[in-house]
Amino acid sequence: MGLTTIAIHLVQEAQQNQLLGRTAEEKAIVQQWLEYRVTQIDGHRGKDETRTILKDLNQYLEDKVYLAGDNFTLADILVYYGLHPIMTELSVQEKEKYVNVSRWFNHIQHYPGIRQHLHPVVVLKNRLYTSGH
Amino acid sequence: MRLYLTEGNPHCLKVVAAVELTGTRCELQFVGVEERVVPFLSHSKLPCLQLDSGNYLFSTNAICQYLFTLRGKEPSDLTNQWLEWEATELQTALSGALYTAVVQGKKEEAAGTLQKKWTYIDQSLTRRSFPYLAADAITVADIVLWGALYPLLSDSAFLLGDLKALRGWFERVCAVAACRKAVESILKGKGLQGLKPYLQKQPAPSQRAETPTSNEPEGGESADRVLTEEEIRAAADSWSKGLSGWPKPKLIQHPVLPQPNEKNVLITSALPYVNNVPHLGNIIGCVLSADVFARFCRLRNWSTLFVCGTDEYGTATETKALEEGLSPQQICDKYHAVHAQIYQWFGISFDHFGRTTTQRQREISQDIFRRLLERDFLLQDTVEQLRCESCQKFLADRFVEGFCPFCNYEEARGDQCDKCGKLINATELKNPQCKICKGTPVVKSSKHLFLDLPKLESRLVKWLEDSMVSGNWTPNARFIARSWIRDGLKPRCITRDLKWGIPVPLEEFKDKVFYVWFDAPIGYLSITANYTDQWERWWKNPEQVQLYNFMAKDNVPFHSVVFPCSLLGAEDNYTLVNHLIATEYLNYEDGKFSKSRGVGVFGDMAKETGIPADIWRFYLLFIRPEGQDSSFSWSDLLLKNNSELLNNLGNFINRAGMFVCKFFEGRVPEMELHDDDKRLLAQATWELRQYLQLLEKVRIRDALKCILNISRHGNQYIQANEPWKRIKGTDADRKRAGTVTGVAVNVACLLSVMLQPYMPSVSASIQEQLLAPAQCNVLADEFVCILPGGHKIGTVSPLFQKLETDEVESWRKRFGGQQPEEGSADQSKTEAKPTAEAKAAAPVAEDAGKGADPQRAKQLAEEVTKQGEVVRELKAQKAEKAVIGAEVTKLLELKKQLVLAEGKTAEAPAQKGKKKK
Repeated sequence: MGLTTIAIHLVQEAQQNQLLGRTAEEKAIVQQWLEYRVTQIDGHRGKDETRTILKDLNQYLEDKVYLAGDNFTLADILVYYGLHPIMTELSVQEKEKYVNVSRWFNHIQHYPGIRQHLHPVVVLKNRLYTSGH
Repeated sequence: MRLYLTEGNPHCLKVVAAVELTGTRCELQFVGVEERVVPFLSHSKLPCLQLDSGNYLFSTNAICQYLFTLRGKEPSDLTNQWLEWEATELQTALSGALYTAVVQGKKEEAAGTLQKKWTYIDQSLTRRSFPYLAADAITVADIVLWGALYPLLSDSAFLLGDLKALRGWFERVCAVAACRKAVESILKGKGLQGLKPYLQKQPAPSQRAETPTSNEPEGGESADRVLTEEEIRAAADSWSKGLSGWPKPKLIQHPVLPQPNEKNVLITSALPYVNNVPHLGNIIGCVLSADVFARFCRLRNWSTLFVCGTDEYGTATETKALEEGLSPQQICDKYHAVHAQIYQWFGISFDHFGRTTTQRQREISQDIFRRLLERDFLLQDTVEQLRCESCQKFLADRFVEGFCPFCNYEEARGDQCDKCGKLINATELKNPQCKICKGTPVVKSSKHLFLDLPKLESRLVKWLEDSMVSGNWTPNARFIARSWIRDGLKPRCITRDLKWGIPVPLEEFKDKVFYVWFDAPIGYLSITANYTDQWERWWKNPEQVQLYNFMAKDNVPFHSVVFPCSLLGAEDNYTLVNHLIATEYLNYEDGKFSKSRGVGVFGDMAKETGIPADIWRFYLLFIRPEGQDSSFSWSDLLLKNNSELLNNLGNFINRAGMFVCKFFEGRVPEMELHDDDKRLLAQATWELRQYLQLLEKVRIRDALKCILNISRHGNQYIQANEPWKRIKGTDADRKRAGTVTGVAVNVACLLSVMLQPYMPSVSASIQEQLLAPAQCNVLADEFVCILPGGHKIGTVSPLFQKLETDEVESWRKRFGGQQPEEGSADQSKTEAKPTAEAKAAAPVAEDAGKGADPQRAKQLAEEVTKQGEVVRELKAQKAEKAVIGAEVTKLLELKKQLVLAEGKTAEAPAQKGKKKK
């Protein structure tokens, strides 16, 4: 029962344990973002909270390729799914504002086999609003 | 690794227990409740664990699991499931219950909301017949759930009754030594009440109402709060008491003085600098916020003194005087009057609005100075200063301009850069220029006095910690004050080579005056002294007086560090700030207010729009930058006026009054309360209590929502009961219509009182229309029937006017960019979109546009993209570092060219990064 519990179970079943993190630290970080997904992202209410989530993630991802650092994990998959409806709603300008989230998101949606039935969210690579905030 | 904790924070229990149980070696560090430790999160999240790698874990469950994993105890499906359930289901229910039980003191009610969770755990334990949640032995799941439940289950009010399995489990885990230790170190033997200071600092749970993620229908925390029978009964009882036992509003007699054994509130709002007209951001940042709070305090019958005034000394006045060809004193007189008028128009209820160029100011400043000197808190030193030889004077602060040494902004002043906000030493400016003759100044030395902040640091820190624990400091104020101390205090120069200021009373320094920051906050004292001779009863009375300082965040260092040091060092039992209320910034349509560019609405122009002052007050308070920056937007103003004021609040109050007039000849009908009516009373009472709690914590913007919630409930109530139909029905129907009308008009009357701090004239006109007794103007935590059956009301008329789109559009154009008098020749060019205008005019770079070449830019943009792909490709293939490095260099070079081609200086993007702290 529970989204992350089931997902973790399936990953183990499929013997893809590296998706849960390779070291104790990575495992903890994966777990943390899984929890973030089901509490913060799923629980978000209203624009203000969405903005906080994007802002925080954007800061966090500034120096990272994936949520757990250098390796692709289950956290990326589930947070990607959680953010999809939010990212779809963002304007081009907002996507540029959260440039690190957009970069990460775009990367994940092009990861083989991840996007499934979801439509791709277009992320522009050139900055349009370089002078704005 | 290092674990950051806060005392009295329930989330710390499980983490400490896990550390103890696993025997992990890690450093424990206690920090303040609102401390932001995790660098990438915008809100404080505690506890958190900093790993040796520098990474942070901010999820308590992840921390616990990590500690277990380090001991070789990997998670299982079952432990994972418990942890997830705890995070998603249990915590939401618990946070609401803890708030109800501890902050509102309603333990029984809180216990009721948790029954389902208790049963769930109990059944799970029974079904699996383990002594622990996930196995025969203790696991991470037990620690996590125990930590979550301990604060409530250890309290006698939360009986588990016949849930034997849960009770047995809880006792078993409580007995574990690690858990006992955790309780000791976090709760310090204070039990549930020990959590109160922490919980009060958290947002009230109604604001984080859950949309249930599970299919289980949850009681409790949805937008429409479920009222208990008890609450409804209590509300009806209070109502029936009427005004007979109601406290009388205190008559305000000047001078207001603190009274022994009463609450005495001294409120200051940052002194506006005299050389300019304040804009809306200045107004909401200090005077208007302080005014709402002062009016609220008066409605609570507290002895309240609200002082403010113009800050008049300093170089800015002198330069302005030069600009306008007047003497500094004339400039001050002129702008003091401008300020006073604007505040009067906005309905700011100062007890005294004074100024700093008074005899009292001189006396008190020189007295504090002498005391500091006698106590050896002043140092002497020579300072390198810029001197203009042609003007024959030292160029202090604003007499010199140049390039900012930090961000290269080219109009930085000698004391501060307007662009990056950093404080500057005038000698650090690049390409300095005398503001008067445009000549290049030279560096000369001059003797000055310094306040020895390092010597006062230990006293300051002790006082600051006490004040922050017992008082309401906004998180930004706490953060700024702490970071100043963390960065180390240095002696600060308090004298200046100027004429326009308070003379330094020492022979050796007779040509010098005090630096404005030293004497400006003393203005609060001298302005009070000009109001009453007994000013010391306010300012040398920390035992009886609670001092609230209102300001925008840029003023925090002076009010939290520098000025308190002056007062502490003077050792004269001064009243120091207890509650420091700092706002963030208000932007104008996504840009900045700028006087020089004419962007934004300034105090004197607000009046010209014809929009009443109360509408301005309402909108500014509605968007008050509490917690984060906010923006003034014309279209939003229109929306809020038309939806919240006109359709919600105004509609309700007007309808209630109109029914009394139309159906009952202007007399409030007799009322016989049914369940529906009592329910509305209980809802209004609940919102009223929220409102009081929030305003006591100076959460002005949040409290305003409570008022709007009440009228929203009121509108629904009228809509559901349809008095306009029932009035035409049977006798019973008519009676019902009477009750509904009577209750509604009383709610309207309650709203008029609650509205008074926010919209004083609207409040007065409601009370005039309803002929409400003056006695109702007291706020207490009960809602009583103010207008009894038979009360005659006056003439009812609409309170608010609709704002039309084209009207608002024309103001937006008018205030968007150039001011009419400046741009008279090319009036037609005034941009329709002020944001674009503001951005175009933004001081990014002088030569913007010169080197711009759109064709080339486009080409370069494509090349940048291509090169970016190349780099990404290489990284993905894990190519050699040197190879990647070479390609990255190419990419950076291209980007640089692109920036140039777009017509900006190469530094522009870097500046932006720095600005965002």
